[in-house]
Amino acid sequence: MIRRFFLGLAVLLASAGLASGNDRFIIVQSTTSTQNSGLFDHILPIFEARSGIDVRVVAVGTGQAIRNASNGDGDVLLVHAREAEEAFVAAGHGIARADVMYNDFIIVGPADDPAEVAGLNNVVAALRRIAEGGVIFTSRGDDSGTHKAELKLWQTVGIDPRAFSGRWYRETGAGMGATLNIGIEMGAYVLTDRATWIAFGNKQAHRIVVEGDPRLFNQYGIILVNPERHPNVKADLGQQFVDWVLSAEGQAAIGSYRIGGRQLFFPNAED
Amino acid sequence: MRDMPGAMSRRTTSDRPLLAARGLVFEAGGQRLIDGLDLDVHTGRRLVILGANGAGKSVTLRLLHGLLTPAAGRILWDGRSLDAAARRAQALVFQRPVMLRRSVRANLRFALSTRVLSLAERQVREDDALDRARLTDLADRPARLLSVGEQQRLAVARALACKPRLLLLDEPTASLDPASTLAVEELVCDAQADGVTIVLVTHDAGQARRIGDDAVFLHAGRVAEAGPAADVLERPSSEAARAWLEGRIYLSSIEDRGGRKGGRG
Amino acid sequence: MDGFWGVLSSAVGLILGGDAGLLEIIALSLQVTLSAVVIACAIGLPLGALVGTFRFPGRMALIVLLNSLMGLPPVVVGLAVYLMLSAAGPLGPLALLYTPTAMIIAQTIIVAPIVAALTRQVVEDLDAEYAEQFASLGVDGAQRIWVLLWDARFSLLTVALAGFGRAVAEVGAVIIVGGNINHLTRVMTTTIALETSKGNLELAMALGIVLLAIAIVINALVMSVRASAARAAYA
Repeated sequence: MIRRFFLGLAVLLASAGLASGNDRFIIVQSTTSTQNSGLFDHILPIFEARSGIDVRVVAVGTGQAIRNASNGDGDVLLVHAREAEEAFVAAGHGIARADVMYNDFIIVGPADDPAEVAGLNNVVAALRRIAEGGVIFTSRGDDSGTHKAELKLWQTVGIDPRAFSGRWYRETGAGMGATLNIGIEMGAYVLTDRATWIAFGNKQAHRIVVEGDPRLFNQYGIILVNPERHPNVKADLGQQFVDWVLSAEGQAAIGSYRIGGRQLFFPNAED
Repeated sequence: MRDMPGAMSRRTTSDRPLLAARGLVFEAGGQRLIDGLDLDVHTGRRLVILGANGAGKSVTLRLLHGLLTPAAGRILWDGRSLDAAARRAQALVFQRPVMLRRSVRANLRFALSTRVLSLAERQVREDDALDRARLTDLADRPARLLSVGEQQRLAVARALACKPRLLLLDEPTASLDPASTLAVEELVCDAQADGVTIVLVTHDAGQARRIGDDAVFLHAGRVAEAGPAADVLERPSSEAARAWLEGRIYLSSIEDRGGRKGGRG
Repeated sequence: MDGFWGVLSSAVGLILGGDAGLLEIIALSLQVTLSAVVIACAIGLPLGALVGTFRFPGRMALIVLLNSLMGLPPVVVGLAVYLMLSAAGPLGPLALLYTPTAMIIAQTIIVAPIVAALTRQVVEDLDAEYAEQFASLGVDGAQRIWVLLWDARFSLLTVALAGFGRAVAEVGAVIIVGGNINHLTRVMTTTIALETSKGNLELAMALGIVLLAIAIVINALVMSVRASAARAAYA
């Protein structure tokens, strides 16, 4: 009996190590919000079928994705934090940055709307009302693309909400989903990307209160990690992926992704 | 007759003692448990060590086996110092049997694996030991499931399987019923018939009479009396031995002052 | 409370439904953790037995260290292993990051001290029981260690189980070094984290119950082995 047990164990061990038999793969460092929206599940099979390249997505916070790519632990970087992306390229970690698509941010809030911002299509005015009313607002506070965008908006309002951290401004230091869970529990307002919100399973009584303001644009960029700086990068395969994402076929795939009949991502690569 | 390497004849008169202890001193926990002990073990004889509790019997046995190191004095094995090789020529049976969590047979096999033997020889000795101890039917049972008497028979047989020149036993039948006691004593006597020297610690005068060729009576960490068993047991000359045989408690002046409490007899 | 029963029935439905994706995730969880436990035992059992049996200078300090390492936070281990396996790190050329192998390495580091520290305690107690008999027979060195380990085998099974429990439940290490990649390095705990972050709390909870059920089954198996051992007075 013991012998059979060890035999089974040996097979188990061997197969665990064999999980990644295919050598034609690339690693894409991207964000949790992009992953959770389901976009990758929609477009990657199309690319994999035509190229035979297995795309492995590591979805983490924006800061971590950029850091991982700076270490060379990825072949392609796909995030939505333009300034950080440009710094990444300037530092020599990436070859060139290209626009891929945009989606938009929205503000969601409790059904009773204590700050009375519903229907306002002016995000700056809405945030001002929230701050002046001292109404609870939950931020990701994790240096992600969403967080950086949120801070830029507060800058336009002319307030630094971090001075009120722990009072009406609550920084979760977590991903979009966790921040939504917490914000909804607290009856707070939350800035989120539309894709995550639509796919989110725990909305309870929260709803969209602010949308449509052009300042809520969320631009995505794609970068090939620099093979001269990081020799292990699969430059050829990675470039194929970048080229495809920016190609007519890739852009069409992005544009065709729907949740509940609603388009989430708007391709805007330069022709 | 089995061929026993190292079998000794039964002449005792002009032979050097197999084991000789001189001036042994042993202390533990601030107490002097052995206080100048001299002892001779003669080849091929059965020596019983007697004494009341706390007299130092078990400690003496462990000193002779090399499990404890004396603070002073010497022990000579066959005229040489007591080293690891000497210990390999001895075997000790404890008061309670110490068995591995394995079958009876596996316990024997384990003991035999500590000696350099061919596989064939090991098998022969293993079967022989089972036969002697009359445990052949129980050979594949977990050793710890046996009765205490059976386990002790196994312990003695295990010790003898290693073909020691000297077999030491520390009150081996103290917790056994009469039938098991008899069985163990038989094993011991048979061993001596095959040339093994015996040293048996006991607090049972009856056992001493049954088993002993020579006897040593310990008291307060010293030898109070020594000689042929018949002499020590029937005509004791020391007060300590006499008191013990008569069933009285004897306290020497040292014990009176409370200087000899503690330690195991 | 009907939220809870709803979740429970979802869990049962998931288990009975034999969903291929779920089975893949469960299989990988078991592969990674069982591999880690086996390797950790290969390291920890002899190490613990050694420390429990022999005396050497610095032994006390080593025991304190092993006992303390039992409380290593998995996320810290994950971070450390990531830094080692990263392309920018010393073992980068091995290209082990974001593979199940990396996850096995991280979990082995978490489990090995647990196995070593607990084995040390078990073996030390057993050694005391056999000390005089071993001295008499001349059993020492490697033989002594093997004999003690085999004799303690049923207690050591419980030790391995403790290590397994710790590893199968952790998420901090495997998520950093594995990357939670779909169909590749996604295990039960990282899936629970993922579904929670998507707000799919029912699904996450149902997966949690599945994980618990697996742990119970494995514990029950070990218990039955030990029970039959007790019947044979081996334990």
